[in-house]
Amino acid sequence: MTSLMKKMALAATVALTPLLAAGTVAAEGEKYVLVSHAPDSDSWWNTIKNGIALAGEQMGVDVEYRNPPTGDIADMARIIEQAAASGPNGIITTLADFDVLKGPIMNAVDQGIDVIIMNTGTPDQAREVGALMYVGQPEYDAGYAAGLRAKSEGVTKFLCVNHAIQQPTVGERCRGYADGLGVDLGDAMMDSGVDPSEIKNKVLAYLSANPDVDGILTLGPVSADPTIAALEENGMSGAIHFGTFDLGEEIVKAIKGGVINWGIDQQPFLQAYLPVVVMTNYHRYGVLPGNNINSGPGFVTADGLGLIEQYAGEYR
Amino acid sequence: MSDATTSGVDERIKQQSRLRRALIRPELGGICGTIIVFLLFLLFASDSGMFAAQGIMNWSIVSAQFMIIAVGACLLMIAGEFDLSVGSMIGFAGMMIAVFGVVLAWPMWIAILITFALCLALGALNGWIVIKTGLPSFIVTLAFLFILRGFTIYIPQTIERKTIIGGIRDAAEGDWLAPFFGAKIGQPIFQWLGDIGVIETFQRGTRAGQPVIEGIPMLVVWALLLIIVGHLLLTRTRFGNWIFASGGDAEAARNSGVPVNKVKISMFMFTAFCATVFAVCQVMEFGSAGADRGLLKEFEAIIAVVIGGALLTGGYGSVIGAALGALIFGVVQQGLFFAGVESSLFRVFLGLILLGAVILNTYIRRIITGER
Repeated sequence: MTSLMKKMALAATVALTPLLAAGTVAAEGEKYVLVSHAPDSDSWWNTIKNGIALAGEQMGVDVEYRNPPTGDIADMARIIEQAAASGPNGIITTLADFDVLKGPIMNAVDQGIDVIIMNTGTPDQAREVGALMYVGQPEYDAGYAAGLRAKSEGVTKFLCVNHAIQQPTVGERCRGYADGLGVDLGDAMMDSGVDPSEIKNKVLAYLSANPDVDGILTLGPVSADPTIAALEENGMSGAIHFGTFDLGEEIVKAIKGGVINWGIDQQPFLQAYLPVVVMTNYHRYGVLPGNNINSGPGFVTADGLGLIEQYAGEYR
Repeated sequence: MSDATTSGVDERIKQQSRLRRALIRPELGGICGTIIVFLLFLLFASDSGMFAAQGIMNWSIVSAQFMIIAVGACLLMIAGEFDLSVGSMIGFAGMMIAVFGVVLAWPMWIAILITFALCLALGALNGWIVIKTGLPSFIVTLAFLFILRGFTIYIPQTIERKTIIGGIRDAAEGDWLAPFFGAKIGQPIFQWLGDIGVIETFQRGTRAGQPVIEGIPMLVVWALLLIIVGHLLLTRTRFGNWIFASGGDAEAARNSGVPVNKVKISMFMFTAFCATVFAVCQVMEFGSAGADRGLLKEFEAIIAVVIGGALLTGGYGSVIGAALGALIFGVVQQGLFFAGVESSLFRVFLGLILLGAVILNTYIRRIITGER
C-alpha cells in the first residue's frame, strides 16, 4: 500500500520535473505575459506566439503566452489575475469583453504592472483601464473600409461567415462591412461554428438558398478555409466576390489563384512583437511612443505576395 | 455498495479495525492527490507568487468554481446519472439574468429568483425525461447541452443583436439578493492585514493603500456551504442512503421502498441549482453575461468528481472527495501557469492527472475492500 503510494508520487514527480524546471529557470531581464482570448483551436494565434517569442529573443526578455483553453472570457479574467499575482514587469492583453476584463486589468495596473492592450478592444477602452497604449486594428473601421472597397467592386448582397459569434468585437467587422456597402446587415451574418465541414456545408446551403448573393466576407482562416472549399465544390470559385479578414496559408494560395479578391491583413505579428519591444525600452530607458499604434488594416491582393507567401501562418 | 455484493452472513456487523475504516473512505485518493500536488508546487513554484496572498486567492477562487459544480455532479453521479448540460446551463442561467434584469429591467432579485426557478425546472425536465424514457442520462443531457447553448446564443442575438449583455453590475446596485452572490466578505480583516504588511497593497491609482485582496468572494462561501450541506445530506440522512441505493442498484432500491425516481429527479435539480449558483456568482462578479460562458464546464465537473474517487457507474463516492478533486484541478490549472509551463501542455497534465487519480483510486479500493 505505502510502496504503491510512494511509486505513484515518484512517478508523478519524475513526469513533472523536467517541464516545471524548464519553466522556472529565471532568464536575464524583464518578464512579460501575453494573455489572449483565443481558444486553443484558433490557429491564427500561432503568429502571435511566434511574434512574442521572436521579440523575447531579440530583446533578451522572458515572454509567456496564456489563453483560456475554450475561449471562455470569464476564465481569461482569472488568467489575468494569475498573471498579476506572479509579478511580471508587464502584461499584454486583449480586451475581448470590457465589462469582464476591466476589473482584473485595472487591479494589475494599480499593482504597478504596466499593461498594453493589443488586438481586441478600442483605444478609448485602453485609456480607461489605464493601459500604456493600444496596438491593433480598429474592427468596425476595418470592416467599413472593406465594405466601401467591395461596393466599388460591384457587391450588392453579401454573406458574412462569422466563426466567432460569441465575440461581439469580431461581429463589428460584419456590421462595418454592411454599413460600408450601404445595406442592412439583416440575416447576412451567419453563425458558422468552428468545425470546418460544418462551415463548408452551411456556406453551401446559404448560397444555394440565396442565389442573389454576390459577395462573401469571412472573418479569418477558420471560416475562410472551408469557404474556399465550398466555392470549389459549387463552382463559384472566382465567380463570386470574396474578401476575407486575416491571412493564412490557404488564404494566400486562394488570393494567388484568384478565388479571393483581397485579404485584410491586420499584421498580428506587430501586435505581439511591438508591445514587447515598446515595454522593454520603456522599462530600460524610460522611452515610450506618444500614441497608439495601428497595425492594420492593409489590403493584400495578388500583387506582391512573395514575402507574404513565404511567411504565411508563421509571421504573417 | 461494494460490501453488500460479497456474500457472508455476518458481513454487515463484522468488526472492522479503526485503521481499515479510516482507509476505506472514497476520498482517500483525493487526500493523497492533494498532498502530492501541493508538495510538488511548493517545490517548483514557491518563488512565483503562487503561495503569496494574491496567488492563494487566485487558485482558491478557481477551485471554488470547480467545487460548486462538482458537488452537484458528485451527488448526481452517486445516484447513478450524468449531467452533460452543466456548462450550457451556466451560460443559459447567466444570460437569463441579463435578459430579465437588464433588457427587461426587472428588479435584480426577481430576475435571480425566476432564473433559479427556470433552471430548476429544466433540471427536473432532464430528470423526468431520463426516468420516463429509460434512456441513458448521457444522451438526454447531451441533447440539453446543445439546446441550452443554442438558446443562449439565439436569445441575445435576436433581442439585442449581440452575444454579450453587460450592465448587470449597475442593474444589481442596491439590490438585496444580489450581494449574496456577488459581494465580498471580511474586508476589515484584509485591510488590517494590508496595513500591518502581511499582504501587499496597491501602489498607485485610486485604490492605493488598499490591500490587493479586498475580501473573500461569496463564490468561495457558496462552495464551502454546498460542500458541507452535500456532505451532511449524503452521510447523515436517510435521503443520503437513498442516493447511494438509487445509484448502486436502482431495481433493488425500488423493491425495498426507496423512491428512486424522486431521488434521481431531485438530484438533477440539485445539479441545475449548483450550475445556476455558479452562473449568478459569475455574472454578479463580472457584470456581463456571454454566450460562451461555461463551455466544457460539465467535463471539468465530472473530472473533479472522478479524481475525488466517485465511480462512474454510481453508488460510490463522496462529496469531500469531489471537493478535493476540484481543489486538485484548480491548483494544477493555475499552478502550471505560475510554474511557467507552456500553456498548451495544460491538457497533457490534466489527462495524466485524471488517469493517475483513477488508477490510484481503483487500486486503493481493490486493496482495501478485497474486491476484484
